[in-house]
Amino acid sequence: MAQMKFMCDAERCIECNGCVTACKNANDVEWGIQRRRVVTLNDGEADEMSISVACMHCDDAPCMAVCPTDCFYKTDDGIVLHDKDLCIGCGYCLYACPFGAPQFPQQNAFGERGKMDKCTFCAGGPAESKEEEYQKYGSNRIAEGKLPLCAEMCSTKALLAGDAQDVADIFRQRVVHRGHKDGAWSNNPQASADNLAYDAARKG
Amino acid sequence: MNLLTAQAPIRVPRSGKGLALGIWRFLVVALVLMLSLGFTQLAVAQAEPDREMRTAAPSISADQWRQVRSGETDANFRDSRFDSNYNLINSSGETWRQLRNRWVSPFGLIAIGGMIAVIALFYFIVGRKRLDEPRTGRKLFRWSLLMRSLHWTVATLFITLALTGLNLLFGKFVFRTLFGDAVWAWMISASKVLHNYLGPIFGVLLVVLLISLLKDNIPKKHDWVWFKKGGGLVGKGHVDAGFANGGEKAWYWLLASVGLIVVASGFVLDFPNYGQGRDTMQWANIIHAIGALGLTAVSIGHIYIGTLGTEGSIEGMTTGYVDETWAKEHHNLWYEEVKDQAMSEEEMAAQKTGSNSGGASATKPS
Ligand code: HEM
Ligand code: SF4
Ligand code: SF4
Repeated sequence: MAQMKFMCDAERCIECNGCVTACKNANDVEWGIQRRRVVTLNDGEADEMSISVACMHCDDAPCMAVCPTDCFYKTDDGIVLHDKDLCIGCGYCLYACPFGAPQFPQQNAFGERGKMDKCTFCAGGPAESKEEEYQKYGSNRIAEGKLPLCAEMCSTKALLAGDAQDVADIFRQRVVHRGHKDGAWSNNPQASADNLAYDAARKG
Repeated sequence: MNLLTAQAPIRVPRSGKGLALGIWRFLVVALVLMLSLGFTQLAVAQAEPDREMRTAAPSISADQWRQVRSGETDANFRDSRFDSNYNLINSSGETWRQLRNRWVSPFGLIAIGGMIAVIALFYFIVGRKRLDEPRTGRKLFRWSLLMRSLHWTVATLFITLALTGLNLLFGKFVFRTLFGDAVWAWMISASKVLHNYLGPIFGVLLVVLLISLLKDNIPKKHDWVWFKKGGGLVGKGHVDAGFANGGEKAWYWLLASVGLIVVASGFVLDFPNYGQGRDTMQWANIIHAIGALGLTAVSIGHIYIGTLGTEGSIEGMTTGYVDETWAKEHHNLWYEEVKDQAMSEEEMAAQKTGSNSGGASATKPS
């Protein structure tokens, strides 16, 4: 049983927004909704850095914990999905989510937001037929044995998707390979490259 | 694995001498290429740190990541989402989740459940407060048709809002497993729609109700005494009360304070079209839920006293008239003011046929 995770290697992300485009394309996402976004820190400065964010499929998912309809569920692969037939568009998942992942097609008076939409790790969602699934949630690449298109399309392989173990292994190799103290996510003066590598690979 | 990490330069061999050299040559080249790739890789792993160091982007410092984690972002933060003004990390989200799920939700249940338990206990031990004297049969006019309609409309809306609100907070623990997804989906979406559309109507009517009741609910000195004697529960003593007694005034002012806070925070939650952010919504939700659960708990007391708890009280709000004895025992100061207007059933009937619609045309005696 895998534990699916995304990871964005900020050292590699070049803010091309390819992942954003790939996602919109793969899932035919509703107008106005962007399941993945690229956030740039210190934009325009020498230490500018970008990172691609979407739903991170949290282990102890806050959205699941606050949803009044209890419409979220976790697949055996650790992917957090939700049932649009149950969703009432109350917005609570958005208030709780650490990454601003849940989005709504509308934002109208009387709390009329429509059905929440978020990244599905390209794993679709509950539906009667394949067509209905695609129309409601987008593609189900996981069922076809494929990983999310955003990560597959990432030109620099900054965005990784897959089992947490594999993602951690790849990232650890990169950090070891870089071998400098800026190799991972920060130039934490306390951490030597070895420690960072150890951290990145630490499980659990 | 190396495909992902390597940035090794790959030299593509140029074959200018034509194909005649044969396939074996190609194989040798391929072999050499593969081997050299292998060696370069090794060399890269050992010598590249320096090169990496030279080309690496200067990282965001640990301090900056800490800042991001805390939810702060500077002016140079940019988001590719078309209308997003969100921080990278919604750090207050977890606070809200914990407040709502760990505190508001269980303590709300304790408050409401506790209230029901206390009232049930009180009813079974002390029982209903009956009239001490027999009824005189003569009636005093207390609530006009307009006020009665207003009261019952606000009360119905309140109960609907309380039940639908409770369903939003607790329903999933009960009804989903009980009724299955299809019924639950219908229940919860109906709850949300009812709550969000009736809420504003309740808000407006509550304000109208509060304004029309204001002059009867100004606190007086005898109300304090009423409280000290527990509204007549403590001792056999006699407690003074005007048109509204101390308890009713407390309920009035609770609605005028907490009620209005619940309404105001409800409006914030109900109109996301004004673009209020997540943080505002989190606070509005906590305030709304605490206020609403508190009011719901107290309202159970109000409903008990008005119906089962006190003999004769409900008559005023249903027929508009109360018995003289009830007025004397519960609102003695008011009774003194209006006692000469008391009417027997026959007089009332006569008056009704005379003016052909009783309640509506009558005005409340002050
Ligand atoms: C003007 C009046 C009111 C308005 C506009 C209002 C609006 C709202 C809104 C928008 C929500 C969020 C639910 C959603 O969108 O799905 C909510 C939740 C809630 N409301 Fe109200 N409401 C009002 C009055 C009341 C009253 C009078 C009560 C109880 C007596 C109440 C109890 C609740 C409860 C318990 C929740 C659930 C809180 C939670 O799940 O954390 N509301 N209300
Ligand atoms: S929507 Fe947000 S809270 Fe829920 S799993 Fe995704 S990242 Fe976590
Ligand atoms: S918007 Fe939908 S998915 Fe999100 S918490 Fe509300 S009901 Fe659940």
